[in-house]
Amino acid sequence: MAGNIMLEVVTPDKSVVSEEAQIVVAPGEYGEFGVLIGHTSFLTTLKTGMLRYKDKGGSERAVFVSGGFAEVLPNKVTVLAESADRRRDIDVERARAAMKRAEQRLSEARVKEDIDSRRAEAALQRAIARMKISERRTA
Amino acid sequence: MATLKDIKLKIVGVKKTQKITKAMNMVAASKLRGAQEKAEAFRPYANKFAEVLGSLSDRIDADEEHAPPLLVPRAEVKTIDLLLMTSDRGLCGGFNTNLIIKAEKFMKEKAEQGVDVRLICMGRKGRDYFRRKKYNIHSEHIGVVGGKFGFNVAVNAGQELIDAFLNGETDEAHVIFSEYVSMSRQVPTLSQVVPIVGVEKAEQAQEAEYIAEHICEPPAEELMAEMLPKQVYVQIFRGLLETSTSEHAARMAAMDNATTNCGEMITSLSLVYNKARQAAITADLMDIVGGAEALKG
Repeated sequence: MAGNIMLEVVTPDKSVVSEEAQIVVAPGEYGEFGVLIGHTSFLTTLKTGMLRYKDKGGSERAVFVSGGFAEVLPNKVTVLAESADRRRDIDVERARAAMKRAEQRLSEARVKEDIDSRRAEAALQRAIARMKISERRTA
Repeated sequence: MATLKDIKLKIVGVKKTQKITKAMNMVAASKLRGAQEKAEAFRPYANKFAEVLGSLSDRIDADEEHAPPLLVPRAEVKTIDLLLMTSDRGLCGGFNTNLIIKAEKFMKEKAEQGVDVRLICMGRKGRDYFRRKKYNIHSEHIGVVGGKFGFNVAVNAGQELIDAFLNGETDEAHVIFSEYVSMSRQVPTLSQVVPIVGVEKAEQAQEAEYIAEHICEPPAEELMAEMLPKQVYVQIFRGLLETSTSEHAARMAAMDNATTNCGEMITSLSLVYNKARQAAITADLMDIVGGAEALKG
């Protein structure tokens, strides 16, 4: 490999990741995509889900991202997300509680397609994604 | 005439007040630091976001028909949403009053033009004021400003404004927030968030060219439509951060003044106390001397 690519994950609250990676795999709107150094620059929205990367030492890391988009440059990937957590920072209990809450709200409001059920749907997806990531074995 | 004891009590009372204001000053100082750090942490996101949005808008030909609805001003403005940010707590000098005055002025102006203004209050102080005045408050968000709020607050509020705009309930949305200029200056500021104005185009030719090479997925127009609501959230979030910082700065200044005033009051009260005490002693002495003279005679 020609070298490492710089990965930055930024949310409005904090900078979540800022380090070099061998490879970055992100959940793009049109499917998961992998980025190595020298990638063509492009811009895409991201789905709620898991972003994976291999750090300098080659160990795989997982980051939860939601409501974001990514800008890919030949030597840098910048992810701007509304919320993002490294795997070890995910609060499983909270995610589980959020999932229960969202499910309940959905079953109550199953009939109408209003804002609340849309919100609950999104919350449910986030909770599921968070839990999935936390169940993975890699850090 | 206040007795010695009364003055003494008063001095003790003022000293206690001074302790409280001093403590509040320090609390505000530490909260201010927190708020500033938060604003600092938001900067990378905001900068990058503005950069990407700017370069995207360069690529989109803004012809009227295909422009995303969030960018198109309505020809006739009948109803406006006004999101007013104030603090939840008082004791911060003229901070809330200034914001409320700004809001009232805006509403009056618009009323004269025959435009309806729907009030959305973020912060207890603004809500309480307009409730007392029997204004119709469309919705409210309490317990946000000044505390620990996340981006989702801005998303919820922004969503509300955008939905109302898109389904035709409102034709514009404005925000009044307090811009933090310096420790001693916070300026109530009005800014329009919907439809979106002033997306800065990436001016440096080099940068524009750079982005022009980007592949966009989904296509630039759709990407833009995806990002525009976020621009509203970003603006609201920035307003919240600024208001929060301003609130703590204003409270710090107010409490600093209060502490100084307490000090002055203690000084002048002590003076009165000492004078009164001296007067009492003199009077007592006169009595004794007078008594002794009478006995002699």
